[in-house]
Amino acid sequence: MAAITYIQAISDGLREEMQRDDSVFCLGQDIGVYGGAFGVTKDLITQFGEERVWDTPLSETAIIGNAIGAALYGMRPVAEMQFADFVACGFNQIVSNAAKIHYRWGPKVPMVVRLPWGGGVSGGPFHSGCMEAWFFNVPGLKLVCPSTPTDAKGLIKAAIRDDNPVLYFEHKHLYRLPKVKEEVPEGDYVTPIGTARIAREGKHATIITYGIMVHYSVEAAETLAKEGVEVEVIDLRSLRPFDKEAVLASVRKTSRAMLVTEATITGSITGEFAALISDAAFEHLDAPIKRVGALDTPIPYAPPLEQAMLPDVKKIETALRELLAY
Amino acid sequence: MHAIVIPATRGKQSVTPSATGTVWIKKFLDSRLRGNDKKRVSDNMPKTAAPKSLKGKTSLKKEQQLELYRWMVLNRAFDDKISLLYRRGLVIGAAFSSLGQEATSCASTYALNKDDIIGPMIRNSGSMLVKGMAPRDFLANYMFRVNSPTGGRDGNTHMGDLRLGMIAPVSMLGCTIALCSGFVLAARMRGEKRVALTWIGEGSTSTGEFHEDVNFAAVMKAPMVVIIENNQYAYSTPTSKQCLAERFADKAIGYGIKNAPTIDGNDALEVYETTKKAVDAARRGDGTQIIEAITFRRKGHAEHDPAKYVPKELVEYWEKNDPITRFENYLLDAGYANESWIEKLKAQCRQEVEDAEVWVNAQPQPDPATVAQGVYADQPHPAHENDDFLYKQKFH
Repeated sequence: MAAITYIQAISDGLREEMQRDDSVFCLGQDIGVYGGAFGVTKDLITQFGEERVWDTPLSETAIIGNAIGAALYGMRPVAEMQFADFVACGFNQIVSNAAKIHYRWGPKVPMVVRLPWGGGVSGGPFHSGCMEAWFFNVPGLKLVCPSTPTDAKGLIKAAIRDDNPVLYFEHKHLYRLPKVKEEVPEGDYVTPIGTARIAREGKHATIITYGIMVHYSVEAAETLAKEGVEVEVIDLRSLRPFDKEAVLASVRKTSRAMLVTEATITGSITGEFAALISDAAFEHLDAPIKRVGALDTPIPYAPPLEQAMLPDVKKIETALRELLAY
Repeated sequence: MHAIVIPATRGKQSVTPSATGTVWIKKFLDSRLRGNDKKRVSDNMPKTAAPKSLKGKTSLKKEQQLELYRWMVLNRAFDDKISLLYRRGLVIGAAFSSLGQEATSCASTYALNKDDIIGPMIRNSGSMLVKGMAPRDFLANYMFRVNSPTGGRDGNTHMGDLRLGMIAPVSMLGCTIALCSGFVLAARMRGEKRVALTWIGEGSTSTGEFHEDVNFAAVMKAPMVVIIENNQYAYSTPTSKQCLAERFADKAIGYGIKNAPTIDGNDALEVYETTKKAVDAARRGDGTQIIEAITFRRKGHAEHDPAKYVPKELVEYWEKNDPITRFENYLLDAGYANESWIEKLKAQCRQEVEDAEVWVNAQPQPDPATVAQGVYADQPHPAHENDDFLYKQKFH
């Protein structure tokens, strides 16, 4: 079986789910005839027709609101935000309606919102953001963020089959990145929501991370491995619910913990993990918990500025050395 | 629908349609002053006397008219009870009255088929009753009982029931429009001809949500009817501070929705006929329809609000333009009802609400131990644990 890109894995997952279950359909801007701004839904309209691939007017809130309505009927809609940043225009329907319906009056809301997210592509302040923390605080939502083609496919399937609103963060910098291409398991499989993955095994320190930072963290760990230090990298895959046991088991093993996020650090999800580790594994720690994230600025356009703002392999490596030296 | 005893008729058997309502609405629109804050107190003071009866041009049979009248009377009895319970501290949080707006809710919902859906707003309690929500379940929600649609998790009219085709409102206005269109568009994918009916206050038409959702629905030709319920105040804000368009229905043309009428929202039969026509058009495939119904909010935004910002003479005017009294006058003139039948019916409706209260008082409040149950659909909602309908998804 040939290695496939991350974007191909998402497309394959979507197509297979649409074949498997005729209640699955897609809606979004430019996703039909054009095939989506990034091409994730390319050719779906040819295969499934415009009945199941809706080219919609330019309105994030209406796209999400109609997806909720269709989910109440019993469909399993997959809504695309052209860029994750634009979910700001659909925020209300997600947090006020989708997240609360089951808790309030009982019906399931089985829907997925796909969010092409992340920086490193000179997208500037409106096309590069990481907004998982906005939703991390909202009970009723599930948040997933695959970092590999295998999980991209496994999690889009799991998200579609889930009976709750699921936000699917797909990293656009990973879409066609050759080095993340891989063979994915044959046949039908899902990556269970709420399970982390050990991206790299180690024993001297643990990095807990997600999205593209998984790859950067592994790269930093490899550099240190040449010096005989083995760093474990946990790929969270799901942020809400997250895999507490996997995080704690690794930290108990290595005694040093570092959180890495691409998001602006203040108020990022990393604080929650630091609190968890401090609560449940304090006596195992040999060093204060370390955090690496983006600077607290909007994400700038110019490459030198963007690079200065975002975490990268070098910054992770530096922080790791500090953690290990404590 | 409730069984209804038809009174013996007396007097004349047919009603001559008059132009009263139509003429009135024109004069009403002419009298609207806009954008002049100094004249705000007389913002919407009509210069013509309030109509006493209804136009009376309807396809509804006598029995149906009486049934519709009964829903409006029940709606008022229910609202009266809520006000009373609020004042006694037994309904807490917010209590919203639809006093004077019973026609816009009940008569429009009366135009729907059983499997059509509604997306009510806070003042559309009448629509929920017509759609089949039992007064006791409704009251139980207000009084946060475990045996209620939300089991105490949300208050007032914020409840839904998919069995009855009812989507629960949220406080963020405009949002329900998209849920309604999404629901019926999904139904259309399954080959069903279901129509959605939803309401929006004139104030809420100022939201981006209204614009985006109506435009979306229009483009998708969603089989949906949106009633702009112009009750002239959004909390304390009068129409002149909301929008400068001559009619709120004028917004429709921007979405390619043609012939959006502005109607007398206190004429139950006109509301019914106009909604029926729009529902039929939506069902035929003519796409999303808009109606503006002129009515008036005779109480404050909620029970806590004395609404001192509303000129007294305006309230007095609308007390004379009461949709139930007008319907009564019409029924009496037509010989479809007599005064003793009306009194008896009102007493029955009050009793129905009293009975509901007795039942509700015997129901337990929710168990604090259940507070975290069912945040996700992996666990059932505590009030719906044995609900096959919700948990086996038998609703389509």
